[in-house]
Amino acid sequence: MAGTTTGIPRDVTQNHVKGGIGESTLRPDGTLKVTGEFAYSSDMWHEDMLWGQVLRSTVAHAEIVSIDTAEALAMDGVYAVMTHEDLPAAKNYGMEFQDTPVLAYGKVRHHGEPVVLVAADHPETARRAAAKVVIEYRELPVITDEASATAPDAILVHEGRDDHHSGHVPHPNIVHRQPIIRGNADEAAKRADVIVKGEYTFGMQDQAFLGPESGLAVPAEDGGVDLYVATQWLHSDLKQIAPCLGLPEEKVRMTMAGVGGAFGGREDISMQILASLLAMRTGKPVKMVYNRYESFFGHVHRHPAKLYYEHGATKDGKLTHMKCKIVLDGGAYASSTASVVGNASSLSVGPYVIDDVEIEAIGLYTNNPPCGAMRGFGAVQACFAYEAQMDKLAAKLGMDPVELRQLNAMEQGTIMPTGQVVDSPAPVAELLRMVKARPMPPERQWETAGEGADVRALPGGLSNTSHGEGVVRGVGYAVGIKNVGFSEGFDDYSTAKIRLEVINGEPVALVHTAMAEVGQGGVTIHAQIARTELGVQQVTIHPADTQVGSAGSTSAGRQTYMTGGAIKNSCEIVREKVLEIGRRKFGSYHPAWANAELLLEGGKVVTDNGEALASIADVLEDQAVEVEEEWRHRPTQAFDLVTGQGNGHVQYAFAAHRAVVEVDTELGLVKVIELACAQDVGKAVNPLSVIGQIQGGTTQGLGVAVMEEIIVDPKTAKVRNPSFTDYLIPTILDTPTIPVDYLELADPNAPYGVRGIGEAPTLSSTPAVLAAIRAATGLELNKTPVRPEALTGTL
Amino acid sequence: MRVNFTVNGRPQEADDVWEGESLLYVLRERLGLPGSKNACEQGECGSCTVRLDGVPVCSCLVAAGQVEGREVVTVEGLADFAKERAEHAGCDSGACGTSLDAAKRWEAKPGQDSQTGEGVELSPIQQAFIDAGAVQCGFCTPGLLVAADEMLERNPSPTDADIREALSGNLCRCTGYEKILDAVRLAAARQGEAV
Repeated sequence: MAGTTTGIPRDVTQNHVKGGIGESTLRPDGTLKVTGEFAYSSDMWHEDMLWGQVLRSTVAHAEIVSIDTAEALAMDGVYAVMTHEDLPAAKNYGMEFQDTPVLAYGKVRHHGEPVVLVAADHPETARRAAAKVVIEYRELPVITDEASATAPDAILVHEGRDDHHSGHVPHPNIVHRQPIIRGNADEAAKRADVIVKGEYTFGMQDQAFLGPESGLAVPAEDGGVDLYVATQWLHSDLKQIAPCLGLPEEKVRMTMAGVGGAFGGREDISMQILASLLAMRTGKPVKMVYNRYESFFGHVHRHPAKLYYEHGATKDGKLTHMKCKIVLDGGAYASSTASVVGNASSLSVGPYVIDDVEIEAIGLYTNNPPCGAMRGFGAVQACFAYEAQMDKLAAKLGMDPVELRQLNAMEQGTIMPTGQVVDSPAPVAELLRMVKARPMPPERQWETAGEGADVRALPGGLSNTSHGEGVVRGVGYAVGIKNVGFSEGFDDYSTAKIRLEVINGEPVALVHTAMAEVGQGGVTIHAQIARTELGVQQVTIHPADTQVGSAGSTSAGRQTYMTGGAIKNSCEIVREKVLEIGRRKFGSYHPAWANAELLLEGGKVVTDNGEALASIADVLEDQAVEVEEEWRHRPTQAFDLVTGQGNGHVQYAFAAHRAVVEVDTELGLVKVIELACAQDVGKAVNPLSVIGQIQGGTTQGLGVAVMEEIIVDPKTAKVRNPSFTDYLIPTILDTPTIPVDYLELADPNAPYGVRGIGEAPTLSSTPAVLAAIRAATGLELNKTPVRPEALTGTL
Repeated sequence: MRVNFTVNGRPQEADDVWEGESLLYVLRERLGLPGSKNACEQGECGSCTVRLDGVPVCSCLVAAGQVEGREVVTVEGLADFAKERAEHAGCDSGACGTSLDAAKRWEAKPGQDSQTGEGVELSPIQQAFIDAGAVQCGFCTPGLLVAADEMLERNPSPTDADIREALSGNLCRCTGYEKILDAVRLAAARQGEAV
């Protein structure tokens, strides 16, 4: 397509950065990001581009009687108006279940479902045109919870299911059910001196990444499309996009545009297909940018859940058994609900040794907003509940809650309820010890010398609601377990293309992967690995695109392990090839070429004694060595559908938190004073980034504890707070200091011993804060988030 | 309508502006300055923060027509803005800032390595954000930089409570803010050493 495009990602080269694995090297994109030059997906621009706009359903469940687009089409500046009748090929898409309509046909199944598309020469024209489309709905009753979904006469959210789970689920409105039975919970319960039961409710959380869903689709002369978008997994998108456009995959060329955060919310398709359809229809480049209101409808959320738990223990605190049922609301379309169910079920026991368990997790189809991946993925909801249970149990036993946890903590060698042996370090008791051993933050920090209270240090802050009256401190602890990587037999791999060549006399490594850099710092680590393995200083990171093999998703804490592993593997092959060339050229000059262990270091081929044999530049001259290889973690197994047995997970990650809160008990206002975290990271490839991940994950858990929830009206299934005015995420005033300690206990199965780090801190943060608020108030608090009315009895 | 105003010291003219357009839209889509970000477009997140006649504002809430004849500084001009302030302004009046004449001398630097930014001169707060690890996805970064720079101009030795108060209008979803605090402390400390 002729004309200028701006914002296309380019190579990023680090010329003067040193530092390999284990060092806090700085981001290669840092300067671009602080100068405003880094191009995000919403910054893309093309001459003569049009703006795409979606018209979304205003009701949650209805038959579509008619759609009238005539008035919209007649508006000046409008180039296209599309409905499902204009779709060129496949009408549905989805990662695992192809159940999601590109544009609704027949029915709409949730509030905010895309129904009509508009392209116009100005975004406001497109919005106004969309507003002129008339859609007549015949409303249907809404299914909003387990009772309404599984009632004998329940309307089926999806009729005629023929997916891979439809054969075994107890009801067509259940996406997937995963039981796990091990030992005999009923028998074991007879040994219990105390039993605690609890019913817990976890609210719907939004990823709230700041960069809105957006991108640019440019029609190409070959009938294909060049697509620049922000996503977590280019190749998964591609597989879903191409059939809906009626194009072979090679005609959909995808490039990763700058990503403004993800946290799971970009694992599913958002505007990718829609912008491409408009571009193909109009023959013009089309930019789409959701605003924040639309973003709340434009991606899946964290599954809200109901969790029913029973734990027993002997009077000396040994857990006897656990029974639980976890009900996850998947909303109108499956997204990754089935995998979330598998995670919730298999991690429902937490990081504890319990031999006798009876577990059931289900995911529902309802007319609520679709839910899918978010940081912590099914393990977050379970952790909130089992940690509340641990505190209840400790109270009933008269034990210290940390001691109770340590007494039952799993360790290397523990058998999970799935039968899987935890075969690498699991320092659960140690992590709890570490957070507990930290000095307590000073009390009454609002007091100033001789002056009045500094209200900024008090609950309520500058609202000036208290000068310390009614303020009570509480301390709470929690610990969690999260799997790393894709589980349950999924063929999880990543691909890395490495090219080593000599430019201006210097060896330069080019790293090309399809890994989504969503902010986590993968690009920093890729350069560190290349420097470590190839002994070069200059590393160029190629933009992520579909011209190289899949890197898998930037999720499940897997990218340092997986794409890091793929880069390490490809670099090792490149190194062997370099040494082979060296042996051919110089082998006769020095015996070490034949009989020593050779490395690449400081731009040279060196022996393991540090003797330099030749420079890489002399070995390669004008020859380039290039390798593109796939790399896999060890295989996993599906969980048995009846017993839940199977080696389902690749690796486990653990984090613990201690929360210190101060609560204005009269007004129900909470200030979190400190949220300390300890985590085993396996190997801190980049310590600065490790701490950033832990603090960020901790803060998202804090948000759920005290403020974050998408509120869906139970009568209409409509979203009531789709804005940052009404859906609150923590500000810098809400977020306490987050001291971090980490262990580096290597996982012998993982490259460099790494352990996925991004998710575990999101788990235990929430229950630690809840525990601290309970300690301050004496209230039971079985629901997230804790709002003032829950603390003052005015609910 | 046509809007004339100064951006990062350079006179700008935007034509065919629809009356409902925000300053943010004009900067991003008409002037090729997408550094100011569009995270919420409703004044809640601070990602679009710019200086308007020296005052930090959410540019998404300013109608383009309101900036007629006024001066805007965006993240793209922050390094030069800070440099001008350091070299010329001193702080005799207590109101550090860039004069219009000084701002008008701003120009995009030709030939810099815009691919990696290596060799680019940064303001102290920009460098501190990189050094402290305060940048992850970076979408909040431009707004935070403009807000933090303005706070350090007013208050060169802020307490943590001052920093939190000044930056409470800027949402970040990646970092948990700890490294952002570190960055502002670092910039303040370096600024202190330099004096």
